[in-house]
Amino acid sequence: MTFWNDPINFIAGWLRSVFMGWGLAAGPTNVITSLIGIIVMILFAMLIAIALVWVERKVVARFQDRLGPNRIGPFGIFQPFADIVKLIIKEDITPDGADKAVFNMAPVISLASVILIWAIVPLASNIYGVDINVGVLYLVAVGSFGTLSVIMAGWASNNKYALIGAFRMVATMISYEIPMVVALMIPTIIAGTMSVKGITEAQSDLWFVILSPLGLLLFMISAIAELGRSPFDLNEAESEIVAGFHIEYTGMKFGLFYAGELLHAFTFGGFMAVFFFGGYGGFFGLEKLTAFAWLSNPFIELVVFLVKALIGYWIIMWVKYSMPRIRIDHMLTFNWKFLTPLAFVLLMMTALFDNLLAPTQFYVLGMFLSNVVLAWIVIEILRKYSKRERLEHEKNAEPVIQVAHH
Amino acid sequence: MTPDQIIFLFCAALIVSSALMVVTTRNLVHAALWLVAALFGVAILYGLLQASFLALVQVVVYIGAIAILFIFAVMLTRREMRDKGPQINQNWVISALLALLTFAGLAYILSSWDGFSRTAKALPAGVDPLMVLGKALVSPDAFVLPFEVASILLLAALVGAVYIATSSKE
Repeated sequence: MTFWNDPINFIAGWLRSVFMGWGLAAGPTNVITSLIGIIVMILFAMLIAIALVWVERKVVARFQDRLGPNRIGPFGIFQPFADIVKLIIKEDITPDGADKAVFNMAPVISLASVILIWAIVPLASNIYGVDINVGVLYLVAVGSFGTLSVIMAGWASNNKYALIGAFRMVATMISYEIPMVVALMIPTIIAGTMSVKGITEAQSDLWFVILSPLGLLLFMISAIAELGRSPFDLNEAESEIVAGFHIEYTGMKFGLFYAGELLHAFTFGGFMAVFFFGGYGGFFGLEKLTAFAWLSNPFIELVVFLVKALIGYWIIMWVKYSMPRIRIDHMLTFNWKFLTPLAFVLLMMTALFDNLLAPTQFYVLGMFLSNVVLAWIVIEILRKYSKRERLEHEKNAEPVIQVAHH
Repeated sequence: MTPDQIIFLFCAALIVSSALMVVTTRNLVHAALWLVAALFGVAILYGLLQASFLALVQVVVYIGAIAILFIFAVMLTRREMRDKGPQINQNWVISALLALLTFAGLAYILSSWDGFSRTAKALPAGVDPLMVLGKALVSPDAFVLPFEVASILLLAALVGAVYIATSSKE
């Protein structure tokens, strides 16, 4: 074991030997080393969040045909630090009638719900917090703390807009959790494990996006809704409810919500890569050749993972900055009448075909074609439905009055 | 004391104190939030017992769904979130005595059990408890019947809820 093959365990082993050298027993040594590991992982996630502030501002500027931050440092790269200083020196306001304890706890829980996810993010084959056999479920469970923090913030602010924003956000999160869980079951079924590392390893020859493109689409839509980003950003619709649940937060408390949101989006980009694009690996078996054995180096894997996560994050931003906000009843109808039934049909189909075709050589082709056929059927049903709706609408609409021209 | 025991003591203190706060706080939303803390402590206990699946289901179902519905119901139905009536009546001495007696009896019975002072055994290597649980739920020799009966019960509750919600419109 050298630093280049297994950096984290190498450093952990070295730290252990240092602590043992000071005369600590094995028990406390393990606890202290694990604590240091946890702190390093959180710091890494927070450093990424700082970088994401710059990425987000620069990318949104490009989408809106602006330049974005360009004053501080080359390409404005030090802008996030200026932002942080600004947030820290702002006046910290707690509104009158706010529930102080709950009000102050909400941003902490909001960021914690994102940081907790990083316990299972597989950055490389040997750089990860913990590999649990219920990783997929963990991702969903931790999301419920995010929901809780939104309710706490909305209620404790003692502000009508904040409360309405929180209600909308929770309605979104609770509804879209269902297609998300079902979409997460698809990689679980194909890989035969709920461990995120196991799912990554199962894709070393073939990405799951080829076996289940619809699953990726479902996961992406429900992840964007879960993040509360446009087109599902009804929670902070600034033209209706000013800023939603975090309207009363100032300074760094707002900063925690903001950093949490950016990091959450990036993390979901990473999980899109983990579940459907091979995560840190997925070189289509290339790394098994001796000429390409360097691909399974943890540093290469880390870079591959971060690049894939950034691409996922970029797609989420792309959707956010080019789609208009949808109406709340449309959003709920879209989920309950379209996304959820589709997710269940896809789940049953995937389970069936995975069982039937796994031993045959038509597995990949069959899985892909079944997805295509299902997508085609769905589009046909939608076309019929919208045509019927349009005809109904045209029949009831006021007749156009012809203005006579002289 | 092992780190596991320290975590257990911390969690036990968290569960007991937040459970106490649930019934003593006058603010209903605070009570619901303390309930979340108590339920989270129980999830940590499951984690300590290496029942990772149960721990996460506890978080998903109790915190993610039930507690959030509680908070919603409280926020939507009550204009005044504070309870003004007296919190205890004159029977509190007897009930405290009964609770103490029950605790003492349970502690006495459990202390004579030989598993009382043992620490949890590590799981044998190569066994995936999740796989065992999943197979047991659908295997005819194990729990397939109770599992299906429970799902039919839940379905019936769902249908009932939909019926009640739609028939009130007319």
